[in-house]
Amino acid sequence: MGIINSIIEFSYYLISAFIAFILLREIVKTKDAQEAVLYSVIIIPFILRILRIK
Amino acid sequence: MSSKKLIIIKLLTAVLIITALVISARSFLAHRNYKETVVAGPSVTEVKTLGDYFEPIKNTVADCNIYILDSGKPGAIFFVIGGTHPEEPAANLSAEILAENATLEKGKLIVAIRANRSASTVTRPGDAYPQFYTIKTDWGEKKYRMGDRWTNPLDSWPDPEVYVHYPSKQMLAYMDIRNFNRTWPGKKDGSFTEQVNYAFMQIIKQEKVDLFIDFHEAELEYPVISTIVAHESGRNIAAMASMMLTDMEFEKPISMEFSPKSLHGLSHREVGDYSDAISLLFETPEPFLDRVRGITDEHLLLEGKDPFVQRAGEFGLLYETIDEDGWPIEVRVGRHCSTALMVAQIWNQMNPGKEIKIKNVPKYAEIIKNGVGHYFKNPANMDSDRIYYE
Ligand SMILES: [Zn+2]
Repeated sequence: MGIINSIIEFSYYLISAFIAFILLREIVKTKDAQEAVLYSVIIIPFILRILRIK
Repeated sequence: MSSKKLIIIKLLTAVLIITALVISARSFLAHRNYKETVVAGPSVTEVKTLGDYFEPIKNTVADCNIYILDSGKPGAIFFVIGGTHPEEPAANLSAEILAENATLEKGKLIVAIRANRSASTVTRPGDAYPQFYTIKTDWGEKKYRMGDRWTNPLDSWPDPEVYVHYPSKQMLAYMDIRNFNRTWPGKKDGSFTEQVNYAFMQIIKQEKVDLFIDFHEAELEYPVISTIVAHESGRNIAAMASMMLTDMEFEKPISMEFSPKSLHGLSHREVGDYSDAISLLFETPEPFLDRVRGITDEHLLLEGKDPFVQRAGEFGLLYETIDEDGWPIEVRVGRHCSTALMVAQIWNQMNPGKEIKIKNVPKYAEIIKNGVGHYFKNPANMDSDRIYYE
């Protein structure tokens, strides 16, 4: 049980990092200012989670 | 939009977002790492930590202090814990009053102030919980971490689809695998919170605890309120205590009820079933926890006044009364302290030859008169070897 939990927890951080990376790439690539602002707001909780702050 | 304008907007957004990140990260970290000061009282002979009783807990976020107040004379051993649910401040404040003030003349008192430390390192921003609260003392303000009901997900994650309680196999709500009062008696190789409970059971067994008390608070919408919940081994003490307190000390009654045999994971059930200790759980009213509450801030937490909760009472929707005076922290802490003292008094009547004598702990009327903070000593005036951090 403990091992499965650790694998899921680790995967969760990987997924968070992946989503943060995608968002960051979109922020750089997009030509729409509104989209850039929106994705920038969305990325905050992902970064806080990857850093294990919240 | 020109590409130059777009780049400026993106750069401005980046600056704003990084600023927001830094501010929020600093705020969350300040809360998680904030240390509350406790001055060990005159009878504290030793301060251990939870990890001394169960090695895997040592130096983890769960490794709370265990204050041992030993009279040096044989007698009963009581164990009192606050901080099971760190969103219930009267519990840890009452435990702290015991640790800082109690003088033991017979027997031994063991106190944990922050039983589930991890749950005190996270709040519920989504529910508008304040991060801290302060108690006025005679020498200034004392600051505390506001906590949550559940263990911090940073320390215990993921939750299962359904939480299967050990060892009863009863199925409970998924998040209650992080609820320190649903994971008794704990499991040696279980989840984070189950291991914390397991460690507490080791204290109860190794220290040969005779009577265990778990301090709580509850919303007025919840039927288990203003009461002593007792394992069957403690029913006589709880019944006597509730009668005496209602008759002699409290303005509003305190009742007693039996711990349900079929509801598992709670201290009043499992500590009694899996150890030789009598197990009691005390509840006081905390309007802050009510779903229908209005502005959720430190005032509501400590003063316990809320017009919406009061209105719900007018419609008969509550299990406890509330008026414009609310349920201030002095009343709630006073009830916990007086109930603990009354339980000790009745224990002594029922167990001649094996008494516990606890002196210098303020009662209900004194705490209402002087305030909670009056009973906390100024760490600046104390020797550093008497100071501990929660
Ligand atoms: Zn509680």
